[in-house]
Parts: sequence; C-alpha cells; structure tokens
Amino acid sequence: MKTALVPTGKLVKGIPLALDGAKIVAYAMKQMNPDVVPVYPITPQTEIVSAFSEYVANGEVDSEMINVESEHAAMSACIGASAAGARAQTATTSAGMAFMWEVLYVASGSRLPIVMHFVNRALSAPLNIHCDHSDSMGARDSGWIQLFGENVQEAYDNALQAIRIAEHPDVLLPIMHTQDGFVISHGIERAEVLPDEAVREFIGTYKPQYSLLDPKQPVTYGPVNLQDYYFEHKRQQVDGMEKALGVIPQVAEEYERLSGRHYGLLDPYRMDDAEFVIVIMGSAAGTARGVVAELRGKGIKAGLLKIRCYRPFPAKAVADALRGKKAVAVMDRAISFGAQGNPVFLDVSTVLNTYRLDTRAVDFVYGLGGRDVMPRHIHQAFQEILQVAETGETTPVVRYLGLRE
Amino acid sequence: MALSLKELSKLDQTFAPGHRLCAGCAESIIVRQVLMAAGDPVVVANATGCLEVATSIYPFTSWRVSWIHSAFENAASTISGVETAYRSLVKQGKMEDVGMKFIVFGGDGATYDIGLQFLSGALERGHRFLYVCLNNEAYMNTGIQRSGSTPRGTWTTTSPVGEAIVGKREYPKDMTAIVAAHGIPYVAQAVPSQWRDLMTKVQKAIAANGPTFINVLSSCNRGWRHDTSQTIAVSKLATDTCVWAIYEIDHGVWKLNYKPKKKKPITEWFESQGRFSHLLRPENHALVEQLQEKVDKDWKALLEKCGEKT
Repeated sequence: MKTALVPTGKLVKGIPLALDGAKIVAYAMKQMNPDVVPVYPITPQTEIVSAFSEYVANGEVDSEMINVESEHAAMSACIGASAAGARAQTATTSAGMAFMWEVLYVASGSRLPIVMHFVNRALSAPLNIHCDHSDSMGARDSGWIQLFGENVQEAYDNALQAIRIAEHPDVLLPIMHTQDGFVISHGIERAEVLPDEAVREFIGTYKPQYSLLDPKQPVTYGPVNLQDYYFEHKRQQVDGMEKALGVIPQVAEEYERLSGRHYGLLDPYRMDDAEFVIVIMGSAAGTARGVVAELRGKGIKAGLLKIRCYRPFPAKAVADALRGKKAVAVMDRAISFGAQGNPVFLDVSTVLNTYRLDTRAVDFVYGLGGRDVMPRHIHQAFQEILQVAETGETTPVVRYLGLRE
Repeated sequence: MALSLKELSKLDQTFAPGHRLCAGCAESIIVRQVLMAAGDPVVVANATGCLEVATSIYPFTSWRVSWIHSAFENAASTISGVETAYRSLVKQGKMEDVGMKFIVFGGDGATYDIGLQFLSGALERGHRFLYVCLNNEAYMNTGIQRSGSTPRGTWTTTSPVGEAIVGKREYPKDMTAIVAAHGIPYVAQAVPSQWRDLMTKVQKAIAANGPTFINVLSSCNRGWRHDTSQTIAVSKLATDTCVWAIYEIDHGVWKLNYKPKKKKPITEWFESQGRFSHLLRPENHALVEQLQEKVDKDWKALLEKCGEKT
C-alpha cells in the first residue's frame, strides 16, 4: 500500500478497493459531499446515481438530491443551485448530454463551476448503449473543461481534481471528466481511494463570489447581452480556458503530493526517443500501452501520448511531445461527419501545422458503438504509420480499425 | 401586510422603473403586484421572454431582488436548483434561514408549451416556489405567434386569417386544470385589474408550504391590438365576459373569486381587440356562436366546481 504526503505534511494511506468506475465516482461524490445533486438515470451512467442515492438514503452525505424529470432539467437545476452558491454535481452520458446541450452553454457562459461525472456512450441512431466518444465530442466547443480518464483509478482521481479546477478563481468554468461506458463504468478494478479527511482537506470549502441567496446583495444572473457586451464576455471565457491550462497541472501536483499518483495535461509513455507515436484518449490507452511495450521489445521506437485534458486542448504540450517524431497515429472514437478527419485528429493536425512540425499524421477511427479494440488493431495502426513514415504518403488520411468493409 | 393602497404606496419597489417593456404592458404591473405581495427576501427565476429581455439588458438590471435567467423552457428546473440549494445550505448550517421565497415568471409559451415538462416535474417534486404564468395568449416576444394558450379563432402571425383558415383552429389547453391535477396546495387564476385579489392570491401561495401556481391573464397591446390605455379595462372585460374566470383551488377547495352581475356577450370581448376583428364579420357568425357556447359551458362547469348557483 502506497503512502503519500498531504500538503500539510501528514502521511496519507490509500485505501485499496475493488470497484467499477461508476461506483468509485459515486464514492468520490460521497467524499466530496456536494450540496445539491440533480440526477436522471440513463445507461450506463445509472450506476453512479443509484449508488449515490444509497449514500443519501443512509444519511452518509449532506447532499440534497433532486430526482429531476430529464437531463435538461438536471443541468438546469445544477445551474440554479450553483448560482445560489452551492456545490452542484450531476452525471450523465450520450443522449442525456445531447439533451443538455443547450444549457451546457448556459452553465459555462454563466461561469458556474459545476462538476459533471461523465460516462462515454454512442449517440443514436441506431440506438447503441456502448462506448464511444461521440457524446462528449458534441460538447467540445461548449466551454466545459473536459478530462478523459483511462481506468477506474483515474475516474476517481479526476473526480476529485475536477472540483478544484472548476472552482479555481482564475478558471470558474464547469468541468466534465469522462470514463468509457461499460469498459470502465462496469469493469471492476483495484483502485485506491483517499481517506475522507484527506479529501475534505483537498477540496476545501467553496466560497462563491456571487450568490442568489445573499439577501444583502441581490444579484442578476443570466442577463441579456447585446452587440455591445456579448463578445467581451465570450473572450473572458477564453481567458478562463487558457488559465485552466496552468491550473490543471497545479491541482495535479497538489494531488500527487497527497496520493502519490502523477497527472498532467498529457500522459506520455516511452515518448522521449520515440519515432512512431499513437495519440489516444480513454480506456483504449491501456491496450495501446501494452502494444508499445511489445514493439519496443522488437526494437521499434514506438511511443504513446495519452491526452488527459482535451478541453482546453494543450496545444503547446502536444507540439513539444510530437516534435521530431516521424509519424503519428491519431485515434478517434468519434466521427465528425463531413470533416477532413475526426475531432482529435483535427486538433493534432492543427498543432502540427501551427508549430510547423515535420511529422506525418493519419487518423484512425476505432471502437464506435463499443466495438472492441484489440492489440492487433493497435499493431495495425503502428504498421501503417511505419509505412507512412517510409513513403511519406498519408492517403487515405482517415482510416478505420476493426471495421468490416 | 394589509393590502391597502396607502400601505402599498409606502413600500420600496423591488422592480425598478426604467425597464424596456412596452407602454401599457400588463407584465410590469403584475410583477410589481406579485413582488409587493410576496415581500423580501426573494429569488426570481425568469423564463426567456419579453419580461426577461426587457429588464436585464447588460449592464443594467431592473431587479432589486436576486434574479436568474437560464433558458426558455427551464425556469421551473432552475428554481428547483435554487430552492434545493437553499434547503441544503440551511440544513448544513452554511447559511442562516432568512425565510427566502422563490418565484418564477414565465409566459404562456414557456408554461403551456416548451416548459410544460419542466414545470410538471418541479410540481411533482414538491419544491417550495410560486410559479406565475404571465399569460398573454401567444408568443409575443417573437412577434405574436400562436401558443397552446391562444384562444380559438384568434389571429396571430402563425395562425393568420386567410381564405381557407380563420385564425387559430384549436381551443387552448386548460393549463390551470393541468397544474391542479398535480395536487399541489394552491392554484389560481387572476387578472391585474383585480389587484387585491391577485395580491391576496400571491400571499396565500407564498404561505402554502409547497409548489403553487397562479395563471395571470396579461394583456399585450401589441399582440392583442388595443390602445395602450386599455390594459386594465380589457383585463376587467375578460372577467365580465367570463372568457377568463378568476378562481382558486386552495388545498383542493375550489372557490370563485369574481362573478359578474350580468355576464357580457363574447362579442364585447372581440370588439375590444384587433386580434379578433375578423370574428365580427358576418361570415364568421357561426364560429362566434360556437365560441360563446364554449365560454358558457366552461363557466357553468366552473360554477359547479366552486359550489356556486349556475
């Protein structure tokens, strides 16, 4: 069992548990004890809210749950609660987020530090309840910070860091941290949790700058902005996002002192001397890491760059990581229909272009609707980029893994 | 607080003058009556609509009470979050119980149509709030389009009077009855012309410990097509023709609050507003008769529910 230092210098012993991603997030919520938790069930997120309901029913938290009638109402109630100076958290996935979409922008535009525990699932049609990243990609421009977790441990660790990032006075933006549907949300793994006391100390208390509930200082939330102010307020949101790029590593560092677990904007593996790189997010990073190790054993200079912080996109860090590499396989678990490549690829390509890097990149779409991604698929991606590096030829730019064609 | 004009004139106005609602708009009149009756401290949630856009143009605000606007359909969910935050923070000792009150203002579009689900959910969950529907019987903020509240035969820009179709074809839904079916402690209909009745209803609603609803007929002279000086007169006429009855359902007990000595014919209502002018043409006589029959039938049913002589 690992021991680590809290900022105060006290040693904290991690507590090992065997939990799935959904239950560990509910456990993190219990420890954070948010004031208001509006919830609505949807597969495969339901496990989070039902596990949390038990904590509420047993009086283990002070949280007031609101069993709303839709996800749109869940986010709307989070907005009301957060504007009232409360810590508000919810959880959703897929169609639930799609239904919230309108008010995701209200939350970020109103600078409300709401925390959303997110489970990745495909979007209809056709109906599919399994993992891909189409849902969170739909919110990538919404002004929410997005952290992608790889496993049960990261789901827990990201949940605790999320609240600190969102509430940071330089940031004040809503945040979602994700885990892959079923693969992580329903997969039991060993993970370490912190003692309640350490979590309480880490997240601290929340002192809102403006609250609807202060009778001495009435406030107006959500006014009309016309041509004369709207633009400036949007620019301020950009500032908040940019500052988050600095705050996320600060919070991670503090968390590392407490837990012994390191987090960054990116999570590189064998990148220093790598020539062929796979860029990936979410649970498939684990599979890809194994393949990289295998390829290294064969003398191929493979490396892995996992993106933890997708929004704000850490462009400079990605550029620094990819500088001098021969070829990159960008893995996308979502399609941006009609675009010249898919979301992660477009971001990475922009970095290669902006920073004038001489690195070839191709886009691999994988795992849609929960299609398994196997080591052989990752091997295939590496083989293809080895060829890209050799020939310089990137066509076709968008390729598909594990697909019957 | 005694509801005398003398006492009311001494109150601080929490809804400031200088807002940009139209001259003669009933909404500002109703909002002032509601806020005066409710008293401080209060948090207002406002659905998107005329009231919201005319009172919160940044960097100004007409609201001297805490106020939040989130979106068109979700004011009831937003206030659910605010009210729950208050309960949670007070329970945990994070703030003092200051007797905070919670009020929603939403138009008929926000209430009857796009926000119906959100309102229903909030009522079912039992949050302590008063929902005031500012019912001007159409989407006025977007420029007079028919809603689920628009009366049959009414001209709007999406139910125009044409050769084939004469205004809105459907009767409005009975939103007050739909709300009442939730079994909440207090439900009422009101008009700004009977101000003491409206303010008494607000006080009863605030005192009832749960979700409450007041459906207030709110004249919009731009959409109803009447002179800006006639706002209160047409509100009164609505109750005298019985096209809009004022009544309450207080903990399940129905009570009629106004019964005209002699019910005026519906044609007087139609004559008072340009949105109905086509109904006065001879070719629409049969439709007018149907509309009068509907008013008579609904009025009789209401009298029965309220235990009045029919």
